[in-house]
Amino acid sequence: MSEDRKFRWVGTRPIRHDGIDKVTGRAQFGADLSLPGMIWGKLLRSPHAHARIVSIDTSAAEAIDGVLAVVTATDLPDDDPKVADLARNILAREKVLYHGHAIAAVAATSAALAERALDAITVEYEVLKPVLSLEAALASGAPILDEARRPKDMEDTGPTNIAARCEFSRGEPESAFAQADVVLERSYETQMVHQGYIEPHACVVQTKEDGLIEIWCCTQGGFAVRSLTASVLGIDTSRVKVTPSEIGGGFGGKTTVYLEPVAALLSRKSGRPVKMVMTREEVFRASGPAGGAKIDLKVGATRDGRIVAGTARMWMEAGGFPGSPVQAGAMCIFSPYDFDHLFIEGFDVVLNKPKVAAYRAPGAPQVTFAIESLMDELANELEIDPIDLRLANAAKEGTQLPYGPRFKAVGMIETLEAARAHPHYAAPLGKNQGRGMAVGFWFNNGMNSSADVHLTEDGTAVVVTGNPDIGGSRASMAIMCAEELGIDVEKVRPVVADTETAGYTDVTGGSRVTFATGWAVIEASRKIASELCIRAAKIWDCDVEQVGFSEGHCLPVEGSGLDHAPLSVADIAKQMARTGGPINGQAQLNARGAGPAFATHLCDVEVDPETGKVDVVRYTAIQDVGRAIHPSYVEGQIQGGAAQGIGWALNEEYVFDEAGRLENPGFLDYRMPVASDLPMIDAVIVEVPNPTHPYGVRGVGETPIVPPLAAVANAVMAATGVRMQSLPISPPRLLERLLGAGDV
Amino acid sequence: MQAGFEQPRTIEEATALLQKHGDAARPFAGGTDLLVQMRGGMRSPDILVDLKRIPELGQLEIGSDEIVIGAACSTASLRENAELVRLLPGLLEAAELIGSEQIQGRSSIGGNLCNASPAADSVPALVANSAVCSVAGPDGRRDVPAAEFSTGPGSTVLGSGELLVSLRVPRPAPDAGDAYLRFIPRSEMDIAVVGVGVALTLDADGTCTAARVALGAVGPTVIDATTAATALLGGPIDTAALERVSEAAREAARPIDDKRGTAAYRKHVAGVLTRRTVEIAARRAAEGN
Ligand SMILES: Cc1cc2nc3c(=O)[nH]c(=O)nc-3n(C[C@H](O)[C@H](O)[C@H](O)COP(=O)(O)OP(=O)(O)OC[C@H]3O[C@@H](n4cnc5c(N)ncnc54)[C@H](O)[C@@H]3O)c2cc1C
Repeated sequence: MSEDRKFRWVGTRPIRHDGIDKVTGRAQFGADLSLPGMIWGKLLRSPHAHARIVSIDTSAAEAIDGVLAVVTATDLPDDDPKVADLARNILAREKVLYHGHAIAAVAATSAALAERALDAITVEYEVLKPVLSLEAALASGAPILDEARRPKDMEDTGPTNIAARCEFSRGEPESAFAQADVVLERSYETQMVHQGYIEPHACVVQTKEDGLIEIWCCTQGGFAVRSLTASVLGIDTSRVKVTPSEIGGGFGGKTTVYLEPVAALLSRKSGRPVKMVMTREEVFRASGPAGGAKIDLKVGATRDGRIVAGTARMWMEAGGFPGSPVQAGAMCIFSPYDFDHLFIEGFDVVLNKPKVAAYRAPGAPQVTFAIESLMDELANELEIDPIDLRLANAAKEGTQLPYGPRFKAVGMIETLEAARAHPHYAAPLGKNQGRGMAVGFWFNNGMNSSADVHLTEDGTAVVVTGNPDIGGSRASMAIMCAEELGIDVEKVRPVVADTETAGYTDVTGGSRVTFATGWAVIEASRKIASELCIRAAKIWDCDVEQVGFSEGHCLPVEGSGLDHAPLSVADIAKQMARTGGPINGQAQLNARGAGPAFATHLCDVEVDPETGKVDVVRYTAIQDVGRAIHPSYVEGQIQGGAAQGIGWALNEEYVFDEAGRLENPGFLDYRMPVASDLPMIDAVIVEVPNPTHPYGVRGVGETPIVPPLAAVANAVMAATGVRMQSLPISPPRLLERLLGAGDV
Repeated sequence: MQAGFEQPRTIEEATALLQKHGDAARPFAGGTDLLVQMRGGMRSPDILVDLKRIPELGQLEIGSDEIVIGAACSTASLRENAELVRLLPGLLEAAELIGSEQIQGRSSIGGNLCNASPAADSVPALVANSAVCSVAGPDGRRDVPAAEFSTGPGSTVLGSGELLVSLRVPRPAPDAGDAYLRFIPRSEMDIAVVGVGVALTLDADGTCTAARVALGAVGPTVIDATTAATALLGGPIDTAALERVSEAAREAARPIDDKRGTAAYRKHVAGVLTRRTVEIAARRAAEGN
């Protein structure tokens, strides 16, 4: 469907429509709103990682002057199995499953008073042994988080911490390994990490006398907050209105709810609007990080570098409740490569850590660390250039994915070739430096989107969608509308609207907004173009078939015999009232065919052999983006994803003590890279149009976090001869290996 | 987080306020430690006694024998003094590491010392340069060597009503040099895993005639590593001397295992960093000859 056409706006870099508000500080984020009569909510959180709740006594807190409401899990209905886990994560019932698990909430006339009132709540716990690693969770005799739960898609072996199992297979991998000249069998490990969005979760919620709930919050999806809040509270979706604020980062972590249903309850009880804002510490302890993983991998190849078979078993941490992205990981691990015999098995494992949420390409960075580390080793073993090895096995149009479907046009080969042609690949290296490369794959998502385009009386346009703008999507929406209507992009006003203004739209996530919501904007704009032709036909008193639309003008089609000067959008807009009334375009779709995106990353590191410190000295990220609507924001996504992946590789990890308390719930000791830690990341855009999208767009935002973990580890290997199969490659861990290697 | 705010103009007023309110009051310089601790619930003073209006705490005097740095001088203001930077490049290096540009506008060396974090960056450099702390209290003044100022994480020799007025550093001779290095896993905005301050003097032949080595973040307080200093004395700063000082520093370090690094790792890095710091200090001393 993708069209070969000359674009006027697509591919340009207009200033973002929300830019002035953002740089002047005028933009309103989650914690910025205040309402008259508003009070403050605070959560009491579990001091234990694993305990049975024997009793909760809130009477002393309720008696404090200025405390207007106290709630616990008993204030929530407990009858909808679909949201039982979500509800129990929001307010613990029966058991607390991680340190920091919310257990009660107080609303008071000041934040400080609410905080103090929490101390007046008495909770009696029966403390249980916490389960703090995959190994401990799977050990026989391990404490079980939920005795009643039985794993999905698996034989019932009694109580277990395995929540689900998935499997993908093709061919006969075990016998196929016999045809391989080299078989590598390795184990890899990654730790729990956090998205590290700068803006903590925050909301203001007002429950009105008629039961209607109004929510203002920072979220990746107002509609998701609406449906999740309504379900958890057991009320109709139409009772909840959500207005998303500007958002200071989400990366998948703001696709669920933590505060909103609690604030709604507090507001219902107190009759006041209630504001809740997490501290940074709460964000680390009790929002949704990405789980650690263990991956056992075996790959066999022939001497000339053809993979013949691969098997993978993987376990991913889900946190206190089921729901790790292990299935996505299982679907990703072999997807960049084309070979016949494979077996993949994944396990979703619960343990006493915060419940994980989505994080940029959920599941893919962990498994790609494994496969791309192994591919690097294979290239060394076979003495084949790592790009050549990947090219020899690269997935392309027609390749069947491990989970069934076949690829349409994809850009794996194109990104590899662009990497080889890039000056980075041949640049000389200095002392203690090494170069690594890795590829990455992500499905991308389509899902549901709506768009409304309203033509104004002077022929400018307002684009209304429900997707919070995280990565510059307002600008992309405006560009696509301008492109279709042939008007200046500055004349388009893109608006992110509340759930009662915009049509239903899924979250800003899955790299889907420019693809799916953008597609809806294109369709809605085309409806306006069609309507403009109808109006022109009225003005000219001719058949609509005699009118065409091109570059912002209605004009007689060739051979129509009509002789009229073209009418611009503005010309027709001025005559709207006379020709039939307002002109609006509306479109909705469940977008299928989100083109998967491949990337190839090149990374140079310099290692201090005496301290184990790794500095990334050069980084190039090459990605097939289908079509870059606004290249600056595409580059921004690529750079941001690479930066997060580098952090994941080098220093980021949740550090728990023996009791399961997070020891580094702040940016001082949760070491994300700061700007000076990174070189300028060279983002290289490759465009292999997605055949299903009108402009060829693919999702962009998630793929760039997929390759860096292995790219960094492979570079460290090249610099030091030490292969790190366990992340992070923090200085103490690397030094231990370096000194160990020196001893041998 | 709420507290009263007093702005005394003299040392006497300040000590009187501190004595009157006892533990309920806290001296307040830049507040870059204190405000963070208050927000985090670690401290909740009722009264903040701002020290920045007291002239003596804001003075900076470079005398012929002694350099006097007011305890509340912002690290940014120290950095702007070219003479100070020339005389004590290592101390200034350490002071400059504290926080970001924004933090630098407020943070003070006095606050860094009084906060008594084992990882405070300026403290090893102060100790290496044999700084002396001028302390004022209800009973008058006293001097405390910087090496003895902190008595453990978060605690100091300051008694009730006492405050730190200034730091007095002997003016380095032209053939002396100092340096400070810290190790952090990132490039900035981090806390020292190990910090090393060195000051040494080389005579015309390159023989080391005086040296002091101080280690940060590898013990409950800064470690005045006298054995490391001795390892440098009486000879040139050659490979053997560097090896000796590195080993001595490793021995002197008393780190613990924590989330910021294992004890073994910190000991190792203390040795590496000491060698590197000595090399820089020696180069600076040699340039002065
Ligand atoms: C983002 C950030 C980054 C940082 N980075 C670093 C770093 O890299 N290295 C580092 O060492 N530190 C760092 N710090 C900590 C802090 O900035 C330093 O310790 C700074 O030097 C403290 O100085 P201050 O004037 O702000 O102290 P304040 O916060 O005002 O005071 C600190 C403590 O000392 C007491 N005090 C202050 N002055 C006196 C006095 N004259 N007499 C008696 N008691 C006094 C106060 O009561 C308080 O207990 C950082 C802090 C932040 C917020």
